[in-house]
Amino acid sequence: MRPDLDVVAAMVGEGERVLDLGCGDGVLLEHLIRHRGCSGHGVERDADRFHECIARGVPVTQGELEAELDRTAAGAFDCAVLSLTLQATRHPDRVLEGMRRVAPRRVVSLPNFGHWRLRADLAGRGRMPVTRILPHTWYESPNIHLCTLADFEDLVAQIGMRIARRTLLDELGRASRGLARVRPNLLAVGAVYLLEG
Amino acid sequence: MADGVGVVETETAVVFDGDRPLVLDSGAALARVEVAYETYGELAAAGDNAIFVCHALSGDAHAAGFHPGADRPGWWDNMIGPGRPLDTDRYFVICANVLGGCKGTTGPATADPATGRPYGLGFPLLAVRDLVTVHRALLERLGVGRLLAAIGGSLGGMQALQWALDHPGDLGGALVIAASGRLSAQNIAFSAVAREAIMRDPDFAGGDYYGRDRRPDAGLALARMIGHITYLSEESMRAKFGRRIQDAPEPRYGFDVDFEVESYLHYQGQSFVERFDANTYLYLSRTMDYFDPFADPVAVQRQVAAGDTRYLVLSFDSDWRYSTGHAREIAAELRLAGAPVTFREISAPHGHDSFLMPNPDYHRTVAAFVDRLASEA
Repeated sequence: MRPDLDVVAAMVGEGERVLDLGCGDGVLLEHLIRHRGCSGHGVERDADRFHECIARGVPVTQGELEAELDRTAAGAFDCAVLSLTLQATRHPDRVLEGMRRVAPRRVVSLPNFGHWRLRADLAGRGRMPVTRILPHTWYESPNIHLCTLADFEDLVAQIGMRIARRTLLDELGRASRGLARVRPNLLAVGAVYLLEG
Repeated sequence: MADGVGVVETETAVVFDGDRPLVLDSGAALARVEVAYETYGELAAAGDNAIFVCHALSGDAHAAGFHPGADRPGWWDNMIGPGRPLDTDRYFVICANVLGGCKGTTGPATADPATGRPYGLGFPLLAVRDLVTVHRALLERLGVGRLLAAIGGSLGGMQALQWALDHPGDLGGALVIAASGRLSAQNIAFSAVAREAIMRDPDFAGGDYYGRDRRPDAGLALARMIGHITYLSEESMRAKFGRRIQDAPEPRYGFDVDFEVESYLHYQGQSFVERFDANTYLYLSRTMDYFDPFADPVAVQRQVAAGDTRYLVLSFDSDWRYSTGHAREIAAELRLAGAPVTFREISAPHGHDSFLMPNPDYHRTVAAFVDRLASEA
């Protein structure tokens, strides 16, 4: 499993009902179902990845994340997960609100557009950055709503959610053990948040 | 499709009789029930590879292969056979004509043992649950225990769904395709008009037309024509017929069949009359109207918790008979009850009939789901 998904998984409680929005090949849900006693449901748009979920025995709906979230009953889950996907949604604020509607706890991971390497690319080279966590060129990127950790935390506060936990991610998507916590918005490559309230 | 399951024959088994009558959900009883069925592939020694195919309103036990001398295969031949989604090299596939049917299983055309005359409208009303009871009795006879899966489209999907909910532990998976968990007013309205067509036919004779010179053929044909319109999409009718004139470059202007679509509907109506019984149409369509498996959410939750069935719910984007909204509702109800449900809307042009059509995208999902069930069995 991708290292950042380990960090996400660690924020999901034992035995929870989990909704994974943009669940990809279903590897996170498979892990949570098999090893953490969770029940899970994924939403995935891509047909190949949808069928990978089936092959893993992960219950999944093929569809658009935002539409499927709208259709999900209030309080249907204990925890809603959105990993490295918020920046690709059309209305990130509404997605967060929707996740609040369906689950009391939300785990959201995102790349930090404020990371110094990205700032350097933009400021120094005058180019849109292409990195391990943001691998797309600007014209083919699904990431239409990039933000910095500070921007995201502002939005979270604005919509009245509480950050219950935050784990910063390093270059490889692992929990960062280095200096990142000194100035996260400059030094962390990304972060995983547990949001409540 | 030359490399399917080959030549097959329909067999029959008496599954209720004598001291063991079939007691229906309504409390009514049938003294004797015979079932027509076919099987394809081999039951594994462990007995864990059986898949039950449930047919729709106008279907029968002949789902795959060819009857001796026939030039058309069974109704789901593209789904069942070596290398097909229900791979008969791996799975033991069973299909049976439903209770109330007219293709070998006890139904309104069957003689009532008490009178020696066909039941007609004396046949009891059926619930989808009763159809399942008879399937299970057949499986008992065949020595099949837990099923890898039950699968069906339309009324067939309703049977798979009811089966899973009524008998936790029976099914590894339930594949519910192009089905509804609760018919809409519009669905019931179409069914009502179709039944009216049959019952208003002067030859209907209160359902007691067996053995007479004339049957309610005109009514049954009309019912089929109405039904058929709802099975196709506007798009598929446009593509198939457009406004073309049958066998002529110019319209003939009159009330006889002129447009190709009219000719097609007439053909569908006529060929249906030759192979179907009007009373069966009444009974099975009524069974669908009353189908309401989620009426008691507490019971559904209890039943889901008692079993471990995985659900695959599929719909087709051009199906307006049981639109994707119906399928989403089934998926949502099951999920609410705590069941693991996979859902997909498949893009296909053929309306409600899409579930019968060969479609690689659709077959891929069915094959993947069944494959996963097999790997867990």
